[in-house]
Amino acid sequence: MTQLPDSMGRFGDFGGKFVPEALQAALSELAEEFTKAASDPTFAHELHRLQRDYSGRPTPITVAENFSKQCGNATIYLKREDLNHTGAHKINNVLGQALLTKRMGKTRVIAETGAGQHGVATATAAALLGLECRVYMGEVDTQRQALNVARMQLLGAEVIAVAAGSRTLKDAMNEAMREWVSTVETTHYLIGTVGGPHPFPWLVRELQRVISTEARAQMIADHGGLPDHVAACVGGGSNAIGMFADFIDDPSVALHGFEAAGEGIDTTRHAATITAGRPGVLHGARTYVLQDEDGQTIDSHSISAGLDYPGVGPEHAWLASSGRATYEPVTDAEAMTAFRALTRTEGIIPAIESAHAVAGAQRLGLRLAQEQPDLRPKILVCLSGRGDKDVGTAFEWFKMSGRPDAVVGGTE
Amino acid sequence: MSRFADVDRLGISGKVLAAAVDEGRAALVAYLPLGYPSVDDSVAAFRALTDGVGADVVEIGVPYSDPVLDGEVIQHATTKALRRGVRVRDAFLAAEAVASGGRTPVVMTYWNLVEQYGADRFARDLAAAGGAGVVTPDLTPDQADEWIAASDAHGLDRIFLVAPSSSEERLAMTMRACRGWVYATSVMGVTGTRTQTSDAAPVIVDRARRADPSLPVGVGLGVSNADQAAEVAAYADAVIVGSALLKCLASDGADMPGDLDRLRGLVDKLAEGVRRGRG
Repeated sequence: MTQLPDSMGRFGDFGGKFVPEALQAALSELAEEFTKAASDPTFAHELHRLQRDYSGRPTPITVAENFSKQCGNATIYLKREDLNHTGAHKINNVLGQALLTKRMGKTRVIAETGAGQHGVATATAAALLGLECRVYMGEVDTQRQALNVARMQLLGAEVIAVAAGSRTLKDAMNEAMREWVSTVETTHYLIGTVGGPHPFPWLVRELQRVISTEARAQMIADHGGLPDHVAACVGGGSNAIGMFADFIDDPSVALHGFEAAGEGIDTTRHAATITAGRPGVLHGARTYVLQDEDGQTIDSHSISAGLDYPGVGPEHAWLASSGRATYEPVTDAEAMTAFRALTRTEGIIPAIESAHAVAGAQRLGLRLAQEQPDLRPKILVCLSGRGDKDVGTAFEWFKMSGRPDAVVGGTE
Repeated sequence: MSRFADVDRLGISGKVLAAAVDEGRAALVAYLPLGYPSVDDSVAAFRALTDGVGADVVEIGVPYSDPVLDGEVIQHATTKALRRGVRVRDAFLAAEAVASGGRTPVVMTYWNLVEQYGADRFARDLAAAGGAGVVTPDLTPDQADEWIAASDAHGLDRIFLVAPSSSEERLAMTMRACRGWVYATSVMGVTGTRTQTSDAAPVIVDRARRADPSLPVGVGLGVSNADQAAEVAAYADAVIVGSALLKCLASDGADMPGDLDRLRGLVDKLAEGVRRGRG
């Protein structure tokens, strides 16, 4: 199973390289360079050093004992990717690709970003490694996320608003790809997810694999063995593929991806690509796509910007069609309920993306308690990021006033 | 006698290009997006490309929501066309209009649209409408088994792209898979007008010919006036013009008669340019 993708970048019927000929040489170079790097101890050593000394790996597993009480008979284990530098798993991928950029003798990176998390991570790695950095961001997103625009600029990156198409993440990806066609000699496209043309889905998986490599060893060493279930949220799917990778060959471990159902999959406002999309080609790969009858991409919606994407990494499409992993939708409302529950019971504010996985794990725990009441299942959840960035959204969702609960010490 | 001896390789549109070369000139391939400013107006514009001396081959661009190889001018038009309701099947109307004007229509489309329509069904319907073939900007021959089968079944041309960055191996593989002609992207970049065409263009044309001399080579990306057309015609078998033609439709439908006059005027100049190139 882990032999995939094949040499053409295919995962069964999914994946591949549906890109202009002008990019084929760069993609081949990237695949060759990563193959060499992967077996080069110097590269592995440098990456490991950065993961440990810069990003703070290994990240711990926290047993969510309080929250587990709301999850039937299950015990919830949280893989704490939120404790990484920059607050999410994104840094795992970015550090690896930035090192690869230097290895290829390139001096500049470009990236796409939705809400800005991948853009900030890319700008961070670029600052650290002395690379020029340009981030493409949908115009709508630059307006919604002005603080992240400022963060990227503070880090020395140039932020370009994309005013084409729907002016969101998918258009930022188009623009980055479009720029890359003309700057490929000096520039690496540092893609943020396990989507896009080969070799990106493979390369990003290998860089995110560290999540499951660590978690699998931690579960065995500290928590009595393999988990029964592994859960992660899926937008493009990079944290999920990293969380699944080393468990794919463990047949006793069930894999669960949770997609953003937005306002519900029976509405037009969701991002549940596998649940409600159909196979097609988007951003260079064959995968599940939210599309109309003609094959035009439909705008997605999720309260979580990181899951608001109308495609999904091709390996997830393959895992879904082969049945090795199952994918279920989680609505905005379910995610926000879990967001608050985890915050209150564990003192951990999850990213709203990760809250989808938390909600899914809770639903799974409750379902198992009904179906198999004798089981005491262990559910390992990828807590892919921290929720500091989402306080504004929570403020609106929970209709908070921002007023203190009381005032003391006044003399008037 | 033509230097393109293998008529099977020329398919339908390649014969048109070869005939132009036999006349001692380059062919003119004129691109416009379908459905802009509206479906009906775009069909009128496609027909205008066939008026007078006109274009030899007309390239019908099907709007797509995520067009990675289109520059800003084309993308803005195709975004509007999509908002105004253009459908993939409208390409067959445009092909009929061009064919009835006595010129050769080819369709340029991103792959997902063909895949969703059904590759075989798309090829069948395009052939029935008088279409000659398809230019596939994001489909390369190594991913194209389904398209190769469908285009063979319905006798359509397959126009793949080559680029300055293509390796010798990929050039040879791409040329082998083409029928009709090959589309050489002359600069490392997306579509759009430029003040100067690239130095890389003659090099890629020469490399493509050396890889396979039996196919005409068209050069796209960057040509906007008669002088540039003449410059490219000096070494290419076909000159492809897109964004500059689209700019003639600047009224966004408010003044179609004026826009179509401008369009015919530019096509006349470009047609003169491709005839001057080897004069």
